[in-house]
Amino acid sequence: MENTYMEKNKKIITSDILKNSIKDSFVKLNPKLLIKNPVIFIVAVGAVLTTCALFFDFTLFNMYITLGLWFTVLFANFAEAIAEGRGKAQAEDLKKSRKETIARKLNNGKEMRINASLLKPGDIVVCEAGDIIPEDGEVIEGIASVNESAITGESAPVIRESGGDRSAVTGGTTVISDRIVIRIVSEAGKSFMDKLIALVEGAKRQKTPNEIALTILLAGLTIIFLLAVATLPSFFRYSSSSNESSNYLTIPVLVSLLVCLIPTTIGGLLSAIGISGMDRLIKKNVIALSGKAIEAAGDLDVLLLDKTGTITLGNRMATDIIPLNGTDIKKLAECAMLSSLSDETPEGRSIIKLTKEKFDTHPKEIHPAMVEFIPFSAETRMSGMDYRENGSVRNIRKGASEAIEKYISICGGKVPSELKQKVEQIASQGETPLVVSEGKDILGLIRLKDVVKGGIKERFEQLRKMGIKTIMITGDNPLTAASIAAEAGVDDFMAEAKPEDKLRRIRKEQANGHLVGMIGDGTNDAPALAQSDVGIAMNTGTQAAREAGNMVDLDSNPTKLIEVVETGKQLLMTRGALTTFSIANDVAKYFAILPAVFAVLYAATGSMNGPLQALNIMKLASPQSAILSAVIFNAIIIVLLIPLALKGIKYRAEGANAVLRRNILIYGVGGIIAPFIGIKLIDLFINSIKII
Amino acid sequence: MKVSDFLQIGLYIFLLIIFTPFLGSYMAKVFKGEKNLLTPLFGKFEKLIYRISGVNYEEEMRWKTYLFSLLVFNFLGFTIVLLLQLFQSYLPLNPQNLPNVPFHLSFNTAISFMTNTNWQSYAGETTLSYLVQMLGLTVQNFVSAATGIAVILALIRAFTRRNGNSIGNFWTDIVRSILYVLLPLSIIMTLLLVSQGVVQTFSSYLNITTLNGTQQTIPLGPAASQIAIKQLGTNGGGFFNVNSAFPFENPTPVSNFIEMLAILLIPAALTYTYGKMIGDNKHGWIIFSAMLILFITGLTASLTSEYQYNPVTGTNINMEGKEVRFGVTNSVLWSAATTAASNGSVNSMHDSMTPLSGMVAIFNIMLGEVIFGGVGAGLYGMLIFIIITVFIAGLMVGRTPEYLGKKIEALDIKMAITAVLLPSAVILVYSAIAVVIPQGLSSLNNTGPHGLTEILYAFSSAAGNNGSAFAGLNSNTPYYDINLGIGMLVGRFGVIIPALVIAGNIVKKNIAPVSAGTFSTNSGIFVVLLIGVIIIIGGLTFFPVLTLGPVVEQLLMKSATVF
Repeated sequence: MENTYMEKNKKIITSDILKNSIKDSFVKLNPKLLIKNPVIFIVAVGAVLTTCALFFDFTLFNMYITLGLWFTVLFANFAEAIAEGRGKAQAEDLKKSRKETIARKLNNGKEMRINASLLKPGDIVVCEAGDIIPEDGEVIEGIASVNESAITGESAPVIRESGGDRSAVTGGTTVISDRIVIRIVSEAGKSFMDKLIALVEGAKRQKTPNEIALTILLAGLTIIFLLAVATLPSFFRYSSSSNESSNYLTIPVLVSLLVCLIPTTIGGLLSAIGISGMDRLIKKNVIALSGKAIEAAGDLDVLLLDKTGTITLGNRMATDIIPLNGTDIKKLAECAMLSSLSDETPEGRSIIKLTKEKFDTHPKEIHPAMVEFIPFSAETRMSGMDYRENGSVRNIRKGASEAIEKYISICGGKVPSELKQKVEQIASQGETPLVVSEGKDILGLIRLKDVVKGGIKERFEQLRKMGIKTIMITGDNPLTAASIAAEAGVDDFMAEAKPEDKLRRIRKEQANGHLVGMIGDGTNDAPALAQSDVGIAMNTGTQAAREAGNMVDLDSNPTKLIEVVETGKQLLMTRGALTTFSIANDVAKYFAILPAVFAVLYAATGSMNGPLQALNIMKLASPQSAILSAVIFNAIIIVLLIPLALKGIKYRAEGANAVLRRNILIYGVGGIIAPFIGIKLIDLFINSIKII
Repeated sequence: MKVSDFLQIGLYIFLLIIFTPFLGSYMAKVFKGEKNLLTPLFGKFEKLIYRISGVNYEEEMRWKTYLFSLLVFNFLGFTIVLLLQLFQSYLPLNPQNLPNVPFHLSFNTAISFMTNTNWQSYAGETTLSYLVQMLGLTVQNFVSAATGIAVILALIRAFTRRNGNSIGNFWTDIVRSILYVLLPLSIIMTLLLVSQGVVQTFSSYLNITTLNGTQQTIPLGPAASQIAIKQLGTNGGGFFNVNSAFPFENPTPVSNFIEMLAILLIPAALTYTYGKMIGDNKHGWIIFSAMLILFITGLTASLTSEYQYNPVTGTNINMEGKEVRFGVTNSVLWSAATTAASNGSVNSMHDSMTPLSGMVAIFNIMLGEVIFGGVGAGLYGMLIFIIITVFIAGLMVGRTPEYLGKKIEALDIKMAITAVLLPSAVILVYSAIAVVIPQGLSSLNNTGPHGLTEILYAFSSAAGNNGSAFAGLNSNTPYYDINLGIGMLVGRFGVIIPALVIAGNIVKKNIAPVSAGTFSTNSGIFVVLLIGVIIIIGGLTFFPVLTLGPVVEQLLMKSATVF
């Protein structure tokens, strides 16, 4: 598994892909495939017509034009093939890892070996070190390290365990240590990996809403220009003195004019742009489950970002404990330690570490039989233990101050007056206070420090310039949240946020017309992920989260959301820029072809140059070379722009007006000027080699 | 050109800019149903109209109902005008005893006035009775203009309502447009015109003996009232055949100036109304400036060409086909305004202009009548182009395109491009047929590129619902009457129907708030882009045929070749 597709993907186009793409360019000449792209289909019909015309009127000029037209079609096909080719190569590698596996199915506790393809959702299987996980599932028992390089390309193993937010396992990945029991959730052939293969292969690629709209616009323009060209012979016949029209306005000439006017550049590159957009995301290790999601990503103007992992490093560290009510600091240290024993989070571990180092507390004196652990839940927002000691039960808890206060008042205890002030004091410094209690008494506070990631403030500044509002989501109390929000430079924050709050906030933003993006991992994120316009599920997350999101981040890096937005914007920009370029090109093409076609009209007797030669501002050598140059330019420009279509146009984080001004200048004004130069150069060249 | 010429053009544009916010904000109040200047005068009357006609003015319509009401209303108007003409000899107010109008001409005229085109295949004074003129044509002049306003109002509501489904009440929109806007303005203008000597009488024509002893018939009629609305409602159908070149329609420089200003008055003010109603006054001015730039560009080209040395006549000033009373500047200004605004009234013969000025006139029409354009129609035509502009350029800022916060999606684009496509198809296909068949060619008085321009102009004028004629083409033949009629129908409803489908689709969408990432439709770049799209998408189609018409004619004129 060394050579995963991810790594291969990072290479530039290989000769294999190139070879296959050339082959595919011809395969795609199949009319059934061509018709999906109306602009290029019209070019192909034109090419067929000129080919037929060759049989009646074979001239070198007609042959060159015919070749030029066929190459236009082939170049467009090639653009699409090469964009698909990269995906196909990746899919091939993925398929190799998808070979037949034997599943160890548990039936009433008994193990039986069956073919993985026979598994149904709800089946229970067991996997031990060395086994390949047969289908997507949820770990219901045990903990194991799993090698997921088949999908992520990352060779470092990841931990998968029951409960919590890291319970989802993917079919096709390999268990490398320990034993886990898995409940299968996907049907054979519909697993994450199958979807992944179909996605990267582009087999199930559907046109995205904006792509459909653009295709309609391009088809409409094509019809308009078809009308302009189809009516031309009639106007020409009216204008010419004799019946000479058939001599000058031949099928190849008319088809050339049409092909040059219709938006072939964008028509030929449109699907390549879409495919490569998805491809660029894959390169960033994000799988978009639909092209629509990438487009929507460009539109996001509100991002919900979890504080932990995105804005802060995520590992809050306990730095101090503060006794209240005259509690002995040793006792507070012990209770803090005890309350954190079941807490496997980095914070929990940092508390144990702190108490051990500073106050010399030792957890090993506790007998498991005497303890009932209370795990942390999002609802109670507390964790701790009930510890039987000397016949009495010590109820030790730690948690957010509201949660403990509520708990204490239910238990009938009293909240010390100084608590509130201390909590606010800690929180206002951007740190998190945890309150420790035993029974009805509040013992003191643990101070947790949160570290804001470097460079994140600049990132949010960029987002603001792009018109994107960032909202930090945190379970912290409002004061802590405000302090971190200020430090990180987010626009807004939601403190003490419960999953329902997230959902409500997303709905509220959407009702105001915003498009909301979020990234999440836990089961409790699933509703919010599903509600958001772009929901990115982390690959380490639960199956529920993965199902609910419309993108999956294989690296499970929460900062990805920002990159996804950029990719979406880049995709849309590339589409717009090439459309503008394509349409702007028409001006020059008119000046090349119209004087050539109309050269003889109203000419003085015996002369070949009528008054309309005045329009030949490029001073192209002859009518024939002018038309041929325009056709060649039109074909070559597609090839020249393939790299741009695949890479996307240059993206900078700045406001819409600045982006627009630059793109208009490059692709609009440039689009008007470039063909004048290009056509003139081609005309000089073909006349210098005297092929016509 | 003399200083006075520049001054006059300057005054014209200045007054246009001054009147726009005043009339515009008044209209916004009217259309929102708010209390306005004339509510004390007409408020009760308006309610009475609703009560008599059984319209519940608070009822909201979905786009299909709105469109259906519009179509029924227009068809009714068409039928009345058609029947009035077919049976005018049996009807009163026909002092000249004019005979019944033949079917093809009645058909053409009825469509022409339903669609706000006012193409004149008929000659007013020798074909139509006073009754037809007043009850048929003048009424249609009001309601066809009001129809245009209704469509733009539906679009405004579509863009401003969040997640809605209804786009207003067609009947209320029509009543308010006529009662509070068209009628009062027409009354004021009629009085102004009568003060200048425009005729307004029911007497029969006068037969007089001229100084050199011949008999001459002087046509009369209730002209001033119809002229007022034909100018204000961008209708353009003159009471007399030669339209505003006729002294009784347009006697003095003052009447000429008033009539010219009236052409662009409402279409220009509607841009302000639009801005006001969408809650973005600046955007109204942005649209206004795009229109004004296109207008001034065309006007400049036209004036330059008319004041250039002409090798055919050997003069520096082209007076052929122009009224000596008005001179070149006033004639060219009128021609630019009337073709930009789909008005179609004339005070000179466009046929006699230099090929280049003729091209400006025809190009103004071909662009889809969006340079101020018809009342309402110009603005909704412009909105179609704005949608296309926003779609192409909006993508370049990295968002799926939106306009006024509403996403522009497949259906909107499909309809927008249909609205551009259909009128273009009418112009190109019909002209291409007419230039090769005897029925088309036999009406021509000129050959060569000039003849081509004449035919092209006729179909452009029909498709753009302009109604002005290039002249030189005898269009009152069954062939032209019927086909120009169909062209007008497609040109009108081929845009109205897509526009209302867009309204129905847009109104359902949510409104995205403006942010730094939003494509701004209030910038100078947007104006440039919009103009670029109008010229490239709206105009590029016609480059080849224009090359064979006015362009080659202009080039040939330099060698003194004429057709």
